Amino acid sequence: MGGWAIAVHGGAGVDPNLPAERQEEAKQLLTRCLNLGIAALRSNISAIDVVELVVRELETDPLFNSGRGSALTEKGTVEMEASIMDGTKRRCGAVSGITTVKNPISLARLVMDKSPHSYLAFSGAEDFARKQGVETVDNEYFVTEDNLGMLKLAKEANSILFDYRIPPMGCAGAAATDSPIQMNGLPISIYAPETVGCVVVDSEGRCAAGTSTGGLMNKMMGRIGDSPLIGAGTYASELCGVSCTGEGEAIIRSTLARDVSAVMEYKGLNLQEAVDYVIKHRLDEGFAGLIAVSNKGEVVCGFNSNGMFRGCATEDGFMEVAIWE
Amino acid sequence: MVGWAIALHGGAGAIPIDIQDERRIPRETALRHCLDLGVSALKSGKPPLDVVELVVRELENQPDFNAGKGSVLTTQGTVEMEASIMDGKTKRCGAVSGLTTVVNPISLARLVMEKTPHIYLAFHAAEAFARAHGVETAESSHFITPENIARLQQAKEFNRVQLDYTIPTPKESQNYGDSQVGTVGCVAVDSAGNLASATSTGGYVNKMVGRIGDTPLIGAGTYANHLCAVSATGIGEDIIRGTVARDVAALMEYKGLSLTEAAAYVIDQSVPRGSCGLVAVSANGEVTMPFNTIGMFRACATEDGYSEIRIWPNN
Repeated sequence: MGGWAIAVHGGAGVDPNLPAERQEEAKQLLTRCLNLGIAALRSNISAIDVVELVVRELETDPLFNSGRGSALTEKGTVEMEASIMDGTKRRCGAVSGITTVKNPISLARLVMDKSPHSYLAFSGAEDFARKQGVETVDNEYFVTEDNLGMLKLAKEANSILFDYRIPPMGCAGAAATDSPIQMNGLPISIYAPETVGCVVVDSEGRCAAGTSTGGLMNKMMGRIGDSPLIGAGTYASELCGVSCTGEGEAIIRSTLARDVSAVMEYKGLNLQEAVDYVIKHRLDEGFAGLIAVSNKGEVVCGFNSNGMFRGCATEDGFMEVAIWE
Repeated sequence: MVGWAIALHGGAGAIPIDIQDERRIPRETALRHCLDLGVSALKSGKPPLDVVELVVRELENQPDFNAGKGSVLTTQGTVEMEASIMDGKTKRCGAVSGLTTVVNPISLARLVMEKTPHIYLAFHAAEAFARAHGVETAESSHFITPENIARLQQAKEFNRVQLDYTIPTPKESQNYGDSQVGTVGCVAVDSAGNLASATSTGGYVNKMVGRIGDTPLIGAGTYANHLCAVSATGIGEDIIRGTVARDVAALMEYKGLSLTEAAAYVIDQSVPRGSCGLVAVSANGEVTMPFNTIGMFRACATEDGYSEIRIWPNN
């Protein structure tokens, strides 16, 4: 027991018919991000710094729904949000409505470290970004061909789509009838990986967590999900660090991330028991997943959705990247 | 069969004991008026969700509290209002931030909950949503009061972000050296044990444009489930880190504490001294209104006829 541990995720709820090559791509990205985090932990970088650098990598890669490659709003633009929390003093930072900042997780970190507040959004957040001199780009930078195609589909279906990663040739129409599994009221074939996140405990036992997303495909402008909400999508305390993904409404109502720590603090459960408990009892009818680490060097993933893109590693050499149960 | 109960607040902070009558009396009157409204509504069988909304609407309409009309100003002299509402039975919730023209933010939060597949809408999009639904809007002159313009000036002079309340120092002017306004909120339970919570605010004096506090965050400023309903007020950043509203319920669920014990624990342990107050009711019709600040504008009533309107611990 003890030692560092790290976990990453790329979204909960995966189409069972997702083509093998897309599964492979996702696993490779998760592996690469894990290795980045592991190298940092081996050089004694603190948990909060490791969380930030790993989530930056996930945001920069266009594969998952965050930073570049984010799902698109109804207007075809990108509005990103993120939050980060340092378990040591329960310091936190969050941003929403980000349209030009290359790495929202880093802006959330700056809110935590350099502003008197915990949460900044929209033009106020963008102004703050400029004053802090963070890297900004045009909104088009974040928009990918894949997602433009998906937005069209979503509009035709006139529904909210989670981030859809199956290539258009994959024939959404036919695939839609292949599986009876639903997520957020949609056939799982048109729901795919979403939010990204990372949780870390370093060798000093300090926990940290971070989550970043572009949100729902075809979402209303100004819609805020669970990812930037401390206690819902992200939470870290002296005991643990948690990052969640899945149906935003369910995660918010169940204050999912906070509850993992709360049952450890108030019921004395260990990390595995706590994760099992909240996934089983707190999610009501919603589908979601989470990754968590404890100050004892444990790492746990839990989900009630059909699969979750995830990876985890501990100091004793354990490493696993997985999608399914 | 337990009775109904209701509690409401107009903000916690360093409310000076020697506050002038002309600042204290209108607020006490407003609390009484809002309490009476809420009690009538409960007596006539209105569901708690409706009750908390109508009480908070009324508090928003009062210029002496920091919500809706009378909201404190951002560093640019504008108002940016936020609110959230939660139904304990279903755990459905709605939240809004960055509102500038909507007369009753709490009602917009309710609309988000009931008319969209989402929970939280903010800034220009929330404003557009309001217009699309014909919600009442007004020019900034409706919301901005002379007292708040003065408070902003004072805060800028001191070059600090201030909570609504500050203890007057000799340097500060008598009239505006204090800012006794704060977030508003209401919690209610009916005799069937249905619970609801609602909170609304203009935020911090001199806050950065785009700053979001605890008020619209489910689990921080507002929470309700089958056990209790909670609305918090104080330093937003501390309430967020302490997940105050959720923690009251979590202590009841996971540690078996009573409402009063759970609320006292959170106020004492989860947030720094001088940062927070809350009002809460339980499914059993209990009420608690703890705070670790100098004072908190508050009022409550229960079906057995008890009622109180208070500011400090012992007034």
